[in-house]
Amino acid sequence: MKRTPSYYLQLGFTLLICAFMLVPVLMSVTAGVTENYFKGISSGLTLRWVQEVLSIYSDTLWLTLKLALATLAVNLLVGVPAAYVLARSKSSWARLFEEILVLPVAIPGLAIALALIIAYGGVQDLRTSWLFILIGHVIYTLPFMVRAVVAVLHSIDFRQLEEGASSLGAGFLRRFFDVIVPNCRGGIVSGALMTLTLSVGEFNLTWMLHTPLTKTLPVGLADAYASMRLEISSAYTLIFLVMLLPLLLATQWNGHRRKAQARPAVQTPAPVAKGVT
Amino acid sequence: MKYTLSGRLLRGEQSARLLLLLLPVLIISAAFFLLPLARLLVISFEGDQWGANYWQALTEARYLSSLVDTLLLSVSVTLVTLAISVVCGLFLARNEFAGKSLLVSLLTFPLAFPGVVIGFLVIMLGGRQGLSAELGLMIDGSRWTFAYSIAGLFVGYVYFSIPRVLLTVIAAAEKLDYQLEEAARSFGASRYRIFRDVILTGLKPALLASGAICFATSMGAFGTAFALATDINVLPMTIYTEFTLGANIAMAAALSILLGLITWLVLFLARMLSGADASPAA
Repeated sequence: MKRTPSYYLQLGFTLLICAFMLVPVLMSVTAGVTENYFKGISSGLTLRWVQEVLSIYSDTLWLTLKLALATLAVNLLVGVPAAYVLARSKSSWARLFEEILVLPVAIPGLAIALALIIAYGGVQDLRTSWLFILIGHVIYTLPFMVRAVVAVLHSIDFRQLEEGASSLGAGFLRRFFDVIVPNCRGGIVSGALMTLTLSVGEFNLTWMLHTPLTKTLPVGLADAYASMRLEISSAYTLIFLVMLLPLLLATQWNGHRRKAQARPAVQTPAPVAKGVT
Repeated sequence: MKYTLSGRLLRGEQSARLLLLLLPVLIISAAFFLLPLARLLVISFEGDQWGANYWQALTEARYLSSLVDTLLLSVSVTLVTLAISVVCGLFLARNEFAGKSLLVSLLTFPLAFPGVVIGFLVIMLGGRQGLSAELGLMIDGSRWTFAYSIAGLFVGYVYFSIPRVLLTVIAAAEKLDYQLEEAARSFGASRYRIFRDVILTGLKPALLASGAICFATSMGAFGTAFALATDINVLPMTIYTEFTLGANIAMAAALSILLGLITWLVLFLARMLSGADASPAA
């Protein structure tokens, strides 16, 4: 392919946008390990700020991990079977329920959180518990899990697989765990990664649902941005990015893997829908 | 054969089992989503008069300007993001070069950043100690800042929209039929006509779907505005202030319902217009 001026113009523009995405992240990372950001990197590199963040905010890290894993557990336990039923059923009730189930994706988290507070804010034991945030995270992430699995089930002929297994005498549980689950593993992995990524970064709902004793990492970040010096905010952001990195790498790897083995009809459910803002 | 003998019985048993599998999600959805949403709706109508909160939201200056500002911001963010993504997306889908997949990764990894973090990144770029302030000091001796104005929100929203829209555009551009362009070219169509009538038309479903998502996300975004602590009251900030400082729960509820209706409607329309591409499963 010949390289025209237009090619270099487009390449330049793309690189410019890439710089726009990358530069602030690099600045933040550098600021987090710089002795004094005012004076610049010449003031020396240090892990002092990272240590300080770990001593002030370590509980937010643990809570965020706990919430993400609990959200994932709930989504796997209830979401995968639900996706199976929704993919199998042809009734209009199932379609209606599917619409309701994915509705939280179309409604801003703030509105959902407000609704949860109005309905259950009076129940003190729940309001002050981390379970309140878990409820919010499940409502918000469940649609992504269900969609990812439904999409894969629609792309394979799972009925025929099931019938085959059934004619060989496999009971329902056997069919579900040995036929259905392995065959939609790709969707389950996508949904799981999506769930973890969304839960770890969730702020809109969590800010409304948290209490001083149930602060997650993004809540702590907002806290630090408002009241801490730039180096501490940056170091905290750095810790968050480090937490996110394995999830991002796994998502990319999963995307490539699925693209490589995709059958013609398989369409990866867009991991874009509503993001984490 | 158990299939023929007790087929009906089995089917009944089967649908009971299916219902049982769906039951946990049904309960979660009903108790923690539908019921709270219904309460929100009921509370939004509380007040002196039926619907007074909605009337107030659409007539009183501070609510109306918040709504209009948020709409304008979201529309311009969507248009700019779509333009950027079409240029970069087409380029990345059509050219092969060393380091391309790295470039795509770098462009899309901020997909998972929450709004607060993006607010902080905007402060890094345009805040009092940010990049543009340093640049301004070098050029004319004053600190250039944009992070705390509407420009800061705009930059932040474009930042978090690019990865999502770009991924969709790249995927759609890879599926475009190159022969259509060849045909148009052989009929003497100009490059502009080909771009407008062939490429953009081909990308339309993807642009509609991702544009709607970008718009809805911008409308509901809260973290970025929160981190920037601007005096621009985007709708989610107004809702938050009504709820916490004003303790005006009914008004906060009414504004939330309005916001939710707008985002839902836009996503719904995009789904209708772009066909199967934006269906919940795809």
